[in-house]
Amino acid sequence: MSQVFDRKVFEEIEKGRKKWEKELEKIFASAPERLERFSTVSDREIERIYTPADVADLDFERDIGFPGQFPFTRGVQPSMYRGRLWTMRMFAGLGTAKDTNKRFHLLVKEGQTGLSTAFDMPTLMGYDSDSPRSRGECGKCGVAIDTLKDMEDLFDGLPIDRITTSMTINPPASVLWAMYIAMAEKRGIPRKVLGGTIQNDMLKEFIAQKTFMCPPEPSVRIITDTVEFGTKEVPKWNTISISGYHIREAGSTAVQELAFTLADGIAYAEAAVERGLDVDDFAPRFSFFFNSHLDFFEEIAKFRAARRMWAKIMKDRFKAKNPRSWWLRFHTQTAGCSLTAQQPYNNVVRTALEALAAVLGGAQSLHTNSLDEVLALPTEEAATIALRTQQIIAEESGVANTIDPLGGSYFVEALTNQMEEEAWEIINKIDEMGGMLSAIEKNYPQQEIADAAYHYQKRIDEKQRTVVGVNKYVTDEETPVEILEIDEELERLQIEKTNRVKSERDNKKVQECLERLTEACVEDRNVMEPLIDAVKNYATLQETCDVYRKVFGEYRDPGIY
Amino acid sequence: MAQGRRIRIMVAKPGLDGHDRGARIIARAYRDAGFEVVYTGLHQTPEEIVEAAIQEDVDMIGLSSLAGAHKYLFIRTVELLREKGAEDIVVCGGGIIPEEDIPMLKEAGVKEIFTPGTPLGVIVEWVEQNVKPR
Repeated sequence: MSQVFDRKVFEEIEKGRKKWEKELEKIFASAPERLERFSTVSDREIERIYTPADVADLDFERDIGFPGQFPFTRGVQPSMYRGRLWTMRMFAGLGTAKDTNKRFHLLVKEGQTGLSTAFDMPTLMGYDSDSPRSRGECGKCGVAIDTLKDMEDLFDGLPIDRITTSMTINPPASVLWAMYIAMAEKRGIPRKVLGGTIQNDMLKEFIAQKTFMCPPEPSVRIITDTVEFGTKEVPKWNTISISGYHIREAGSTAVQELAFTLADGIAYAEAAVERGLDVDDFAPRFSFFFNSHLDFFEEIAKFRAARRMWAKIMKDRFKAKNPRSWWLRFHTQTAGCSLTAQQPYNNVVRTALEALAAVLGGAQSLHTNSLDEVLALPTEEAATIALRTQQIIAEESGVANTIDPLGGSYFVEALTNQMEEEAWEIINKIDEMGGMLSAIEKNYPQQEIADAAYHYQKRIDEKQRTVVGVNKYVTDEETPVEILEIDEELERLQIEKTNRVKSERDNKKVQECLERLTEACVEDRNVMEPLIDAVKNYATLQETCDVYRKVFGEYRDPGIY
Repeated sequence: MAQGRRIRIMVAKPGLDGHDRGARIIARAYRDAGFEVVYTGLHQTPEEIVEAAIQEDVDMIGLSSLAGAHKYLFIRTVELLREKGAEDIVVCGGGIIPEEDIPMLKEAGVKEIFTPGTPLGVIVEWVEQNVKPR
């Protein structure tokens, strides 16, 4: 044990504190404090000052330690940014595969070190561009992918054997991953060398992001298939990115984001263990994805608490022995919901602060939002400024010179402890409900988030929380911002392309493949190999997802508000 | 204020977009303001929304879209209402809607568009002034 503070010092501190507070009372008697209550974005009350007394029990080895060592409060890798900076991974996707391919080439040329794909709504929901449900949505908030042909165009000329690719895809994650593997193999790149991430986190979809297809149980079954397949066949791939980002964007507090995300992680790990997999085989391939919101210290404390909690969950609850299983590696995105349509150039500053919090919190990769994302998909110029923001933090500000620079701050350590404690309470509650799946059935996380979101909005409306340019410092002037327009012609062209693929493929072969996929679904066999065969023969996204829908049924939004 | 029945509002999420934070907050604000609220839940087609609105006999439909498909989805909803002779149901919309698209949506029959940052009170007041029980 290595107690950070000697108990004897507390008496002295307490004396000093009393003296200081007396002084304060005099000052506030004539001019009161600026606010009645000082609180974070999550409406957590913050004290005037923090002293060693707020972290009286802090034990260096147990609670802080060294980076790369349990409980990883200071970072997962021993070297952190002294070795390698975080991956600057800008999320991009627009229009057709060819359009997005062009944007990818631009980002790689500008120094980006990993790719990240945004899909359009039909792709995210497992519909082809020609489905009646897809009308008006093709290529709008990401790239449209119907068949392997689109996947080939998307990564054309990009060094996917050297660069890692993240795909933000959930219900049809297995299908898009199968397409990626098929595309690579057709280029002669073996699946063993492929590195990247599929988001593949359905629980947070039911909780927050609401992109769903099949009910929760079969959804987790398909995810477990991908975990099993990845462990054996694509060992460098992160098979799930357990995501708090969308939970936060839906309006949760920082602690809810932390707790619900880790509870989702527990549910996936339990499912994989039940499948008969060894925790040390799959857990090192789990990755996480958090939001970085505006409340600087609360976010940093959240990241530090998340690492420490996951390490304990893996070590104590799942009895993982491989230190890699204890690592909580995470991607971060700055908070889209913190951006404002009013005075949009202010968003550059918000994003910079949020990105700085992510870096001080030890993120492994980062996406910085563009100033215009509250209005439309980012223009090239806006996306470049967002990338430059990261480069300035990394190479000009000096914050990456030392590891976990805020470790030992009374405030940050106290906040880290407090958030951890509160998150455990929520996780215990979910355990008592019988785990995350039953908590979702009871609408527990959904209702908690809805309440928090409403509370947050009320505080803004009542001006208890300032949003610059929205409820304070408002100007009437409109700031003209260039907006990226998606060509309406695109839908027709994409449908034509898919029809062409369908007319050129061997339809009998496709049918056979889809039957094999159906059998795998029904007979509880791993779906990945049949899927890879199906997409290699140019079965469409929707054709494969229709198999899922037919075998497992469809999930409908319960419409809680 | 009109006597008798309260204003009935349908908050609807057309299309595949899953961003429902705004829609759900608005639904709650309407309820707190004393309106009757029907929330469709996610992933509705314009056809489904219009049919439900007529069946539920609502006075207004509030459409929410944050994924760029508002031009087709909002305009299609208004068209369908007209086809069914229910054009007296007021349609308004909110979400990520570029300024340039607003005139076109209004011309098509969407009565008002609320963009990000609009206080809930402003929206509620607008409803009180512009929507009457049918």
